[in-house]
This record gives sequence, structure tokens and C-alpha cells, in this order.
Amino acid sequence: MSTPINKSRRSFLKLSTLTTTGLILGFDWFAKEVSAATITGPVAAGNVSFNSYLSISSEGVITLFSPNPELGQNIMTSFPMIVAEELDADWKKVKVVQAKLNTSDFDRQVTGGSGAVPHSWKLLRNAGATARFMLIEAAAKRWNVPPAECSAENSYVLHTTSGRKLSYGELASEAALIPVPKEVKLKDRKDFKLIGTAVKNVANQQIHTGKALFGLDFYREGMMHAMIQRPKAFGLKIKSVDATAAKAMPGITDVVTFGNNVAIVGKSTWEVMKARKAVKIEYEKDGNLESSIDHDKLFAGLLKEGKAKTERKDGDVDAAFSKAAKIITSEYQCPFLPHSPMEPMNFFAHVRADGIELVGPTQTPASARAATSKLLNVPEDKITLDITRLGGGFGRRLKFDYVTEAAELSSIIKAPVKVTWSKEDDMTGGSYRPAVRYRFEAALDATGKMIGYKLKGVGINSGNPTRQDNFPAGAVDNLLIESVEHASPITTGPWRAPITNFLAFAEQSFLDEVATAAKKDPVQFRLDMFQKAKTAPSGPVKYDVNRMIAVTKLAAEKGRWGKTKGVFQGFSVYFSHRSYVAQVCNVVMEKGVPVVKRITACSDCGQVINVSGARQQVMGGVVDGFGHAMFGKLSFTNGEPEQKNYNSYRLIRMKEIPEIETHFVDNGIDPTGLGEPALPPTGGAVANAIFQATGKRIKNQPFIDDPVFAPKKAKSTMQNQGKVG
Amino acid sequence: MASYQLKINGNTLTVDVAADTPLLWVLRDHLGLVGTKYGCGIAQCGACTVHVNGTATRACVLPVSAVKTSEITTIEGLSEHGDHPVQQAWDEVDVAQCGYCQAGQIMTAASLLKKNPNPTEEEIANSMHGNICRCGAYHRIREAVLLASKKI
Repeated sequence: MSTPINKSRRSFLKLSTLTTTGLILGFDWFAKEVSAATITGPVAAGNVSFNSYLSISSEGVITLFSPNPELGQNIMTSFPMIVAEELDADWKKVKVVQAKLNTSDFDRQVTGGSGAVPHSWKLLRNAGATARFMLIEAAAKRWNVPPAECSAENSYVLHTTSGRKLSYGELASEAALIPVPKEVKLKDRKDFKLIGTAVKNVANQQIHTGKALFGLDFYREGMMHAMIQRPKAFGLKIKSVDATAAKAMPGITDVVTFGNNVAIVGKSTWEVMKARKAVKIEYEKDGNLESSIDHDKLFAGLLKEGKAKTERKDGDVDAAFSKAAKIITSEYQCPFLPHSPMEPMNFFAHVRADGIELVGPTQTPASARAATSKLLNVPEDKITLDITRLGGGFGRRLKFDYVTEAAELSSIIKAPVKVTWSKEDDMTGGSYRPAVRYRFEAALDATGKMIGYKLKGVGINSGNPTRQDNFPAGAVDNLLIESVEHASPITTGPWRAPITNFLAFAEQSFLDEVATAAKKDPVQFRLDMFQKAKTAPSGPVKYDVNRMIAVTKLAAEKGRWGKTKGVFQGFSVYFSHRSYVAQVCNVVMEKGVPVVKRITACSDCGQVINVSGARQQVMGGVVDGFGHAMFGKLSFTNGEPEQKNYNSYRLIRMKEIPEIETHFVDNGIDPTGLGEPALPPTGGAVANAIFQATGKRIKNQPFIDDPVFAPKKAKSTMQNQGKVG
Repeated sequence: MASYQLKINGNTLTVDVAADTPLLWVLRDHLGLVGTKYGCGIAQCGACTVHVNGTATRACVLPVSAVKTSEITTIEGLSEHGDHPVQQAWDEVDVAQCGYCQAGQIMTAASLLKKNPNPTEEEIANSMHGNICRCGAYHRIREAVLLASKKI
């Protein structure tokens, strides 16, 4: 295939620096109007700034800079794989380096929305292919043969007829002088050697030896340590602070109050942790002090009388419901969830007279820098931000409150400082997955066909808690989707697969209720609806019905839908973040309680880049979806979170995982993302299987609070863990 | 403040800290051994697991004053070249996602295999149950422990 680089793209790859020993191919993501290669003059190798994407040293070392934050989605492996594929680089000799924030050379240095690979797929391929083209041209020139007679393999250019070959390292300097091509030929996918294979995480060795550095692992000579006491409840503000005793404690250099924060600053983490307990803070009310028990009443009221916003309306639902032979109504509710990544929030900041240095784990470095610039009135070009590895994110690190507070503190104490959040700070610090309640209504005609569908979602600081254009929109003639939002002091934010992480469970459970009422097989019921959306859509259809059908059929086949004996099965299929995932869950009854034995997950994320990484994302997504559906719950009393650490907030552990089987649709479509899409369908598949096993429909999360698990409701946490093993 | 001589990864190191300072923070803040991670601080997640005389122990709740003459091994000292059978297995199975919990997982697994070189899947799950992996890499962790048991 040939991909023309249009005028605006023509310059995306530019030659930024020629080293005395090699070639640096700059990667101008914003496609500024730069004419072909510009050589800025020889500089020593290793002395180039991080505005480059790909470099080849004369020794043949290919360095690929990975621009996006790595939080476990394996981007540091998959991005370079794409470049290396088109470059025909020897993967074993490729060096991958995390790039700093650089908005001139990279765009979308963001981890979120399962969007990195879909966004950068063509850009990365073009980067590799363009460099390969230039290397081949350089070799052809040296050999005085037509470039068409040359090929590339494992970081060498070959001239097969004469048996000659030259390494990329040998060719780098000469290749730098070749004009950047206006268009390059990309590989046909049948010729992929690296893409679509299982490649190990490039950071494995560092991780396994404790050398992989996360934000919390950043230390700097002379750096202060700090922790911040924030209000213990949402809806409180500081009235008074008495830090006399804390300031007198060993190692403590300062206690400062800014906004609603009291920062304890000292020479070591432990000294700060201890002194923190000695700070006396009085709070006063600054808003409603909300409790979960009140939210339950609030939801009931808002569903009944809340002023709803219409998100989508197809046909005439009132008419459909008035002529229905059967109406099914059902409500589903989920609690708040903290993200609870293993590495608590933290950031290093050094505000100096001449600029600001920021170092730490963030999913949105550019936004964090922009916010810091605004807060401290320092131009962005005076602020550097180094992206460390992230010990998980799950959306929490899309927010940058923990970055700006570190910068603000550094500006107050006039010293370099690392602010560390305790796990309790992290869990009680807000930005939660919002609590939501949904009411579904379905109107069936006498044949069991769904002729009307209503969904009303109410959420706390949830924005629109529906995804009005997702299935079954398009498959039901008369459809009404409405939302109501309640404003609360409890802060919320994106949580892996925002909204759909719960909406999918509710919707896929409700569709199962409808299929049961219509006396139809749940899979066939969905296939019939897809057929309707395909052939006679009732309105705009914003998902690919064919992909939905294919992934549903694959999951039914691989999960042996309806063909297993002695197990109860549940089905779920969901479209989110551009990709499609269908799951079959197998449940057996043991001692009167349902036990989830196996989940078969079939994904259509388009072209799989790294088979090993893709399986990890699906298995991790299913474990995450299952674990939080089963156990996840953050509740409030008077604005204060009741769960503060892993002894009261239950996360899934090894003994609780079902077997997981993963399959992928191979359809040659360009990648559509996989960091999130495997999570949403899991809760529904599990609950639907539990319904088959018990006849009981679980409608609220966490599942463990449902009576079907009553005999098994075990103590959730680990005790006496000082010594194990 | 008091002076403590600690045997860590085969070296004797001296630190001057308060008696109640957890070993975790001594390693991280005072000795630069940051491979041992802070996760929860209350011995619930296992990210801070080190070996104390060969036994997997949560460093976040172990006061430095209690260490005395015990031999401490951290992830940095598990093997000289990063090739302990558990580390090899972790690579072959390609376990890590974010990687933050993996040092603790590896230390727990290494301790288990030292005491029980041929654990069943159930014994593995019982031992590894105290280590949380928020990315949900449990299947591969279990597989890697099994693989490591074949290498030992």
C-alpha cells in the first residue's frame, strides 16, 4: 500500500540533527511547514536534545523515543514495534527511551481513552518507512545500483544480486543527506514480521531487578519530602491550624498552609509521616456533607422527578409504550470507586527563579504543565516536565491536582520538594468514578420484539452518565435516553472506561432481562437486534454493526455458548473506545453459591500490535472489571470516605480470579485501541451467568453485597501479614 | 536517632535514623534502594516485600530497630545479574504491566520456592494472595511461579 503524505504531513519527518557519528531523524508531529531535510550542523552523538524520535548511531544502535506515558498499557513496547516494523530494524538491538514532554516534536503525549495506537498508527509507520527509504537510497547510491534492487532486513540494506550488504549504522550519515521523500510505501500487513507477534515488555529486565524508576523513586540531592493533609471530608474547609508540636519534631523544616492544604515538610518521608499526626487542624463546613445513604434517596427522587436532559430521542416512545404487550422496568446502581493505583500520587517540583522543573507520573503531562504555568504565572517554555514510569493510573493521573500542589509548595518553601501521598490520601482524595443509578424500561410487542426502549441515568458529578449513541441505539425504533446530574462536593473523574465501566453491566444485564421476558436466547436476541440496526436502523448508528456481529459470533463459538454441560453461562458484548469485545462467562454452583470459573473474551481492536501485550490488556481488563464488579465500593458518611486503605477497600486477589481465555478478531482493520474496551462487558457477562445459575438478578455493585453471595461473604482483607511465604 | 548496622544484600550498611523508622523508608530514603516499593504502609498489598533471613516480610511495618543482625535481601540483591529463576520466569512469561508491584511479587515468589520448590497452583495462590496487582496480572504471575519452580 502506498500512503501519500499530503502537504500538511509532508514535513512530519524532518532531519533535525546530523551527528558526527550517526543520524537523528526528527519527528515533527504537528507537521509544521518545514522543507525537506535541514541539517543544523554536526554535534557530538549523545548531545542532542529530546526533540527527536528516532536515531541511528554509527555503531548501529537504533534509539526510539517513546513519547506517551507508560502506565502498564505497554506503550513503550508497542509504539517502537510499529516504527521498527516499517524500518526493518533488528528488534534485538533497538533501544527504547521515554521521551520528555515536548509539545513541539510530539502531539498527544497522553495516556487515556485507549487512543494512543489508533492516533499514532500511521505516523509511526511513516516514521519507520521514511527512514528505511532513506537508508536504502543511501546504500543504492554508494553501490551505484537502482534502489529498487535493494531491500532491507534486520537493520541492514541488502543488494541480493551482488550479495553486498551494509548496516544501518554504516549508512546513517549518508542517509541523512537523502531528501526526505514526499511519500513512502508502507508494508502490506501480510509482510509484517514484528507487528502481530508476541514481543516482551522492553522494560522487563529493569522491572525485575528493581531498576525501573517510578515517580516515587525520584530522589534529588537536597530535595525536601512533604505530605499534605487535605480536608478529611468533602464539604469541609480549614478553620485553624496548630502546627507548633509538629514543627518541633525531628527532621521537620516547615509546616505551611495553602488553600485547604497543610503541607508538612521535612528531611525524610517517615519523619514527615510522624509529624503529620501531630498537626492539629480544625475544619468548618464549606458545603453539603453527603452520605451514601442519602445518595440512595437522592437517586430515587431524581429518577422520579429530576429535570432530565434528553440525550437522544428516536421515534415516539410514548406511543410504543402505550401499545406494548409487555413492559419491563429495572434499575441498576453502582457506588463511587477510587482508582487506587499501586503507586500513590506523587510529584517532584523545583520552582526556581529561572524556571520550573517537574518530574513524576502523569497521564497528561502537557495539561499538567499548562496548569502549573497558569497557577504560578511562569511561561510554559520555562517549565520542563520529565515523565517517569507510572505505577498504574486508571484515569486518576489524567488529573493534575497533585502536580500543581507540588509546584505551589515548592514556590512557597523555595526548595525542591517531592510530595508523597499516602495510600489513605490517595483513596480519600477524590476524583472517583461517579456513583450512578440507571432506570431502564422496555416495551415488547406480542411477538416479543422490543418496540420501545427508555434509559434514564442519574449520577453524582457524572456529567452525562449515558452513552446515548451506543447500542441499542439504532436497533429500537422508539428510544429515549435521558440524563440527570447531581452536583456534589465529592469530586469525580475519569476511571478506566469512564461511564461504560458500569453502564455496560447495567445495559447488558437489562437486555438479558428483556431476552428472558421475550423467551429468546440472549445471543440470538442480540444478533436479531444487530440485524435490525444494520438493515433498518431507527436513527444514526455510530458503531460498526458488522464488527459487533462478528465479535458476538466469535465469542459464542469460542465460549461454546449453549454447548457446555453442568455450567451456567452469561453473555455480554460491548462497544467502547472504538473497539468491540464480547464475553461468555461460565458459572458453577458450589455449596449453594455461584462461582465464576471462566470468562472467554473475544476482542476486535483491529490490527493487534503485540500479541503478548494485547492478551495482557484483555486479561487485566477482565480481572479489573470482574474484581470491581464483585468487591469495589467507596461509601461516605458526612462527606468522609469510609474506606481508606486496602484493609477496608477490597481489591481482587489471586485466589479470586477465574480462568480467562482471550481471542482476537483478525480483520485487518487499523488498530482501534485496547487499554479499556475489555473491561466494560465483564460485569454483565458475570451477572447474566449468575442469573442462569440462581434465578437471581444482581442489580447493584458490588456483587458481593448481594444475597446470592451471603453464605460466602468472607472477611475481605488479609491479616497478620508481617510475615508470609 | 540511633545508629544501626544493617546487613543488606551482603553488605553491612550504617544508617542514622529513629528506631521506629520502617525498614521500607530506610531502604528508600536513606540507602537509595528504591526497588522496594511503598504501596499501602499497613502490610496489606505486598509491594514492599523483602527477605528477612530468607523469609518474605513486609518492610513497611518492620521497624529498623527490630532488624538487628538479620540478613536483608531486597530485589536489587536477589541475584547478581538479574537472572534468579524467578526473574527469568517473569521475563519468559512477560508478566509485568505497570510493574510497580512486581518486585514484591518476585520476592514473595522467591521465598515461597525456597521453602517449597514444587508448589501446586493452590499453594502458589495461597502464598501470592497477599500481593495485590492492580493491573490484574495474576494469571501470568501464577504461571511464572510455576515455570520458576521447574527451573529451581
